[in-house]
Amino acid sequence: MSNIVLETKDLTKYFYDPVKIQVLKSVSMKVNHGEFVSIVGKSGCGKSTLLYLLSTMDTDYEGQLFMDDQLITGKSDQELAQIRNEKIGFVFQFHYLLPEYDVLRNVMLPGLKLGKLSKEEVEHNAMEHLRTLDMTDQVLKMPNQLSGGQKQRVAIARALINNPLIIMGDEPTGNLDKKNSDLVFDIFNELALEKKQTLLVVTHDNDFAARTHRTITMEDGRII
Amino acid sequence: MNFKLILNIAIHLLRARLKQSIVAAAGVTFGISMFVTLLGFMNGLNDLLDNLMLNRTAHVRLYNEIKPTEQQPVVLSEQFQKNTHFIRSIKPKDEGLAIYNSRAIIQNLKQDERVIDVSAKITTPVFFNSGTIEISGIINGVDVLAEDKLFQLTDYMIEGSVNNLLQNNSIMIGKGLSEKMLLTTGDIIKVTTAKGDLASLKIVGIFQIGIAEIDNTLTYTSLDTAQKILGKPTNYITDIQVKLYDISTASVVAKEFQHRFNVDTIDYETANSQFETGSSVRSIISYAVGIVLLIVAGFGIYNIMNMMIFEKMDSIAILKATGFSGQDVKWIFISLSLIIGIVGGILGLLLGLVLSTIIDSIPFETASLPTVTTYPINYNPFFYIIGITFALLTSTIAGLFPALKASKVDPVEIIRGK
Ligand SMILES: Nc1ncnc2c1ncn2[C@@H]1O[C@H](COP(=O)(O)OP(=O)(O)OP(=O)(O)O)[C@@H](O)[C@H]1O
Ligand SMILES: [Mg+2]
Repeated sequence: MSNIVLETKDLTKYFYDPVKIQVLKSVSMKVNHGEFVSIVGKSGCGKSTLLYLLSTMDTDYEGQLFMDDQLITGKSDQELAQIRNEKIGFVFQFHYLLPEYDVLRNVMLPGLKLGKLSKEEVEHNAMEHLRTLDMTDQVLKMPNQLSGGQKQRVAIARALINNPLIIMGDEPTGNLDKKNSDLVFDIFNELALEKKQTLLVVTHDNDFAARTHRTITMEDGRII
Repeated sequence: MNFKLILNIAIHLLRARLKQSIVAAAGVTFGISMFVTLLGFMNGLNDLLDNLMLNRTAHVRLYNEIKPTEQQPVVLSEQFQKNTHFIRSIKPKDEGLAIYNSRAIIQNLKQDERVIDVSAKITTPVFFNSGTIEISGIINGVDVLAEDKLFQLTDYMIEGSVNNLLQNNSIMIGKGLSEKMLLTTGDIIKVTTAKGDLASLKIVGIFQIGIAEIDNTLTYTSLDTAQKILGKPTNYITDIQVKLYDISTASVVAKEFQHRFNVDTIDYETANSQFETGSSVRSIISYAVGIVLLIVAGFGIYNIMNMMIFEKMDSIAILKATGFSGQDVKWIFISLSLIIGIVGGILGLLLGLVLSTIIDSIPFETASLPTVTTYPINYNPFFYIIGITFALLTSTIAGLFPALKASKVDPVEIIRGK
């Protein structure tokens, strides 16, 4: 098995509305197993756009995307959903939690969707993750009863539930104060060190980027 | 696909919008209950009217029509085969109303396994004399036991009993006639036949069919009595009435009997064609009203679904980001709509049953159907099956378009939008 988790070849992306602009220009990059990579660059240079392509949610691009040595480009909606469920964990800037479910259920949901483990096992794993994130006493709360930092920790626990190949984050600390940012960074760092978890995080925070294993810098749709 | 999980998500989404969901389900409940009640009531009425007709009508009646011979002698004559015939002033032949060989026919019919029973009848116009006035009427000489079995005469008796007719020279008269002539049970009624013969008969019962025309003119005697006052032999019979197990075959059977016994026959449908039209019009109206109600309920579901999807864009984006496909999302919203439809539909069936029971217990007296005491309701399970099927159908269709819309939500657009 090769060591490369994520690889892109000449990713190119256009937006057509209101005028045709090229947002990504032949982006080729690799992320190795166990790496903690950050993506930085000026606002509007295309970081989020790139991350959405890598996350398989946006399929309207040119070039090729590989994950685990498998060509992702051109797969069906169904297959991509399966890949997102099994291999990718997301953490966004705005903690996207389902307001209808409590914390525990939110964390469990991708695991239940995957259906490889029984409900009890998924629940046990969810509790484990929430415990390492120091959220044990919050499990029965609804998302709207949590602070921003707590929500982000729930989102991280959810991203971890299926032991994903890679965790992606789009400014996961963008909405948090220094203390909570550090907390989230420490969690990520620990995951990378102890569990060899691969992470790819877009950030504006130069401190944050500097402490990751590798930083990819973008400018005007290109990697420099 | 993990339907348990999808159902679970649908229920949670529903709970978040409980009030609107209940209103949407109530729309379905209302539509279905009205549909079921209306159909039950309308068909109850149809049955009642059908019974009114069928109780009094033979499924197939065998008789002799007064008509000219179809093959006039000149047609049969070889000499004039090639000529054109002009015959004027044809008169019906004098065969009388009697059915030829009636005993054999009745024997034969009784052995036919499609036939419930057979009742022979003599119908003859008479005058009833009261003082100096003469009132015209009809005597039905009947095979008392068979007639009672086939046409439930007993149900219509208000005085006396049908079995009393078995006595010699007894008669049963209608309520109208009894009031006009001031006669009651035990009195003697004088009868003049068309040929001028006189007879005195003892009244042993009074009946009320509920149709004035009949109650004012019709009377019943036994076959023997009728034959005696007409001065006819014991094989004289004018009608043979047949009831069948399978009423829908009546017209076919009628034709068959016509050929087999060489008599005229008529089936109940031909004799009462206006009833069928009324029944089908009532059915169509109730189906139309019911379906319109369900379509309105469908729009209710459609609305709440659209609103819910609009509000739950974020949730849809999260579901998609964490591995639910467009298909999964579509099924979540279809099951959501189906839950509304099923819950609303089942409650609708129950409410419809309750409403039907209430209508069923409202008193409704009619002289023409003495066995009916409350408004008629038909509890045919078929209506309930149609009702729930329509509920599922409308909720599926109403949910389908919003669900397809939800399945096409682009999570990137939502996540970017923040
Ligand atoms: N839906 C869209 N239609 C047209 N242009 C778009 C659309 N989304 C993004 N863009 C443009 O694409 C470019 C890249 O946007 P993107 O969100 O990737 O930037 P970013 O690097 O993530 O910036 P930031 O750091 O501010 O989040 C921007 O110029 C933006 O205006
Ligand atoms: Mg961005």
